[in-house]
Amino acid sequence: MYGFEMMSFNIKDGFLEAIVRGHRTGLLTVADYNNLAQCETLDDIKLNLTSTDYSQYLANEASPIYTATIVEKCTQKLVNDWNYMRSQADETLATFMDYCTYGHMIDNVVLIVTGTLHERDVQELLDKCHPLGMFDSIATLAVAQNMRELYRLVLVDTPLAPYFSENLTHEDLDEMNIEIMRNTLYKAYLDDFAAYCRKLGGTTAEIMGDLLAFETDRRALNITLNSIGTELTREDRKKLYSNFGLLYPHGHNELAMAEDFDQIRSAMEKVPAYSGIFSKLGYGESQMLDKLLYEEEVKKCVDCYEQQFHYGVFYAYMKMREQEIRNIMWISECVAQDQKGRISDGIVYLF
Amino acid sequence: MADLTHPVMWFYIPVTIAWVCFLISVGSPSRFIDYDWLWFLFRNMSPYFWAALGVALAVGMSILGAAWGIFITGSSLVGAAIRVPRITSKNLISVIFCEAVAIYGVIVAIILQTKIERVEPVNGVFDKYAMASGYSIFGSGVTCGFANLVCGMCVGIVGSSCALSDAQNSTLFVKILVVEIFGSALGLFGVIIGIIMSGGVKWSA
Repeated sequence: MYGFEMMSFNIKDGFLEAIVRGHRTGLLTVADYNNLAQCETLDDIKLNLTSTDYSQYLANEASPIYTATIVEKCTQKLVNDWNYMRSQADETLATFMDYCTYGHMIDNVVLIVTGTLHERDVQELLDKCHPLGMFDSIATLAVAQNMRELYRLVLVDTPLAPYFSENLTHEDLDEMNIEIMRNTLYKAYLDDFAAYCRKLGGTTAEIMGDLLAFETDRRALNITLNSIGTELTREDRKKLYSNFGLLYPHGHNELAMAEDFDQIRSAMEKVPAYSGIFSKLGYGESQMLDKLLYEEEVKKCVDCYEQQFHYGVFYAYMKMREQEIRNIMWISECVAQDQKGRISDGIVYLF
Repeated sequence: MADLTHPVMWFYIPVTIAWVCFLISVGSPSRFIDYDWLWFLFRNMSPYFWAALGVALAVGMSILGAAWGIFITGSSLVGAAIRVPRITSKNLISVIFCEAVAIYGVIVAIILQTKIERVEPVNGVFDKYAMASGYSIFGSGVTCGFANLVCGMCVGIVGSSCALSDAQNSTLFVKILVVEIFGSALGLFGVIIGIIMSGGVKWSA
């Protein structure tokens, strides 16, 4: 909005921005994680979490508590916060918030389709779906046999339809096709989301451009890592990369050619923003990469709270809360399986 | 609806419309723009028109700025206070700073208003004392009004940030309050200059 968001942003979105900043205060800090890491049992973890924002979600859980329950309740907190803000939001912000959840929707579609392929029970799969990515007809996904049916029977009524119709094939659904479908959907989704943020303009475009560029570059990196040694051709691989991001377009050409981790590394290190990440990574330590990327993402999300009057805070809140839930899940699993020594390996500290 | 904050909407379109009207309707048929005629029109405007416009702008713009500032601060404050209720009473100070901007405008408007005196035109023309008084009251009103408009926005934006940062970390409140005080001093400059400008008003010799 041409630098006028300071004057006009609060007309529609000031209230919710303040709310989301309040929720951010409730994220767990290093001190909280240190307390959690001291826990001996899952009940201790529950007790520790009841002194945080999660209290009203966990307080009434019966005593033999499981990791799945803790994670489910924590997710419920995110979902309730999110739905509250979504229902208060003005049109542009509401669209923005919907865009944030399409990623979960794609994951849910893929989850159901993959599960059906392996003849799992639909109800069991539905329980595993992320609640933010739910849509009305999701249960009927199970009947689809190929992509065209998937589109015509179910997805045509969802917001994902435009991403889907661009990439329709007659191929039957098998593991490989589903994975390609997920990535083509994600590519179309990220391109669309980035275009929407650019249309919003101002600080939102600036901040979200940065966050989404990181997201899409991370996806490009993961696609490349996962496709080494598979039948995916270089051209097909290149088609899965989004049309923006710091790697676009030269980095993508190099990634498409890469055949091992060192080639990926040299492609990524040419971008100054990522050379820092890779320099922390010793040779042959590709396992650590995921954690470093998560740390970088969290850092970007925390930084975006330094600016006021933009929508990036909502996206960042969702990302940080999800990271926190992953942390809690890791701690709970470590405690449940008596691997307390490994707790600090998996936590990505937010503050 | 079209985006009213876009410069095309609030600047270029109105200016273009005004310019086209100006070109079409002003002046004699023999000249494209008849500046002598325009100058004649301008000279013959009543000083009471200028004086009244000055008073109206002084109070109107100030209150627009104050209201805008209170809105910017208030919407952030309401949201932030849900989680951290302790910030409400402290941050009322931001709202009071914005309110003060409106009071500046009211004060200047009252001062300007008391300076208006009754003089009769001679042969339909006001003398130069009356004209000068009209212009200085207008100028003083515009100075005060616009100064307070931007001052109100400034205080409002800083106040909104103040509420949000106080909610995160209460030590920041005093520091940002200092910024806010300097912001609200901007409006006083407009008030001072406005009062000085209208100081020499004398409607007749």
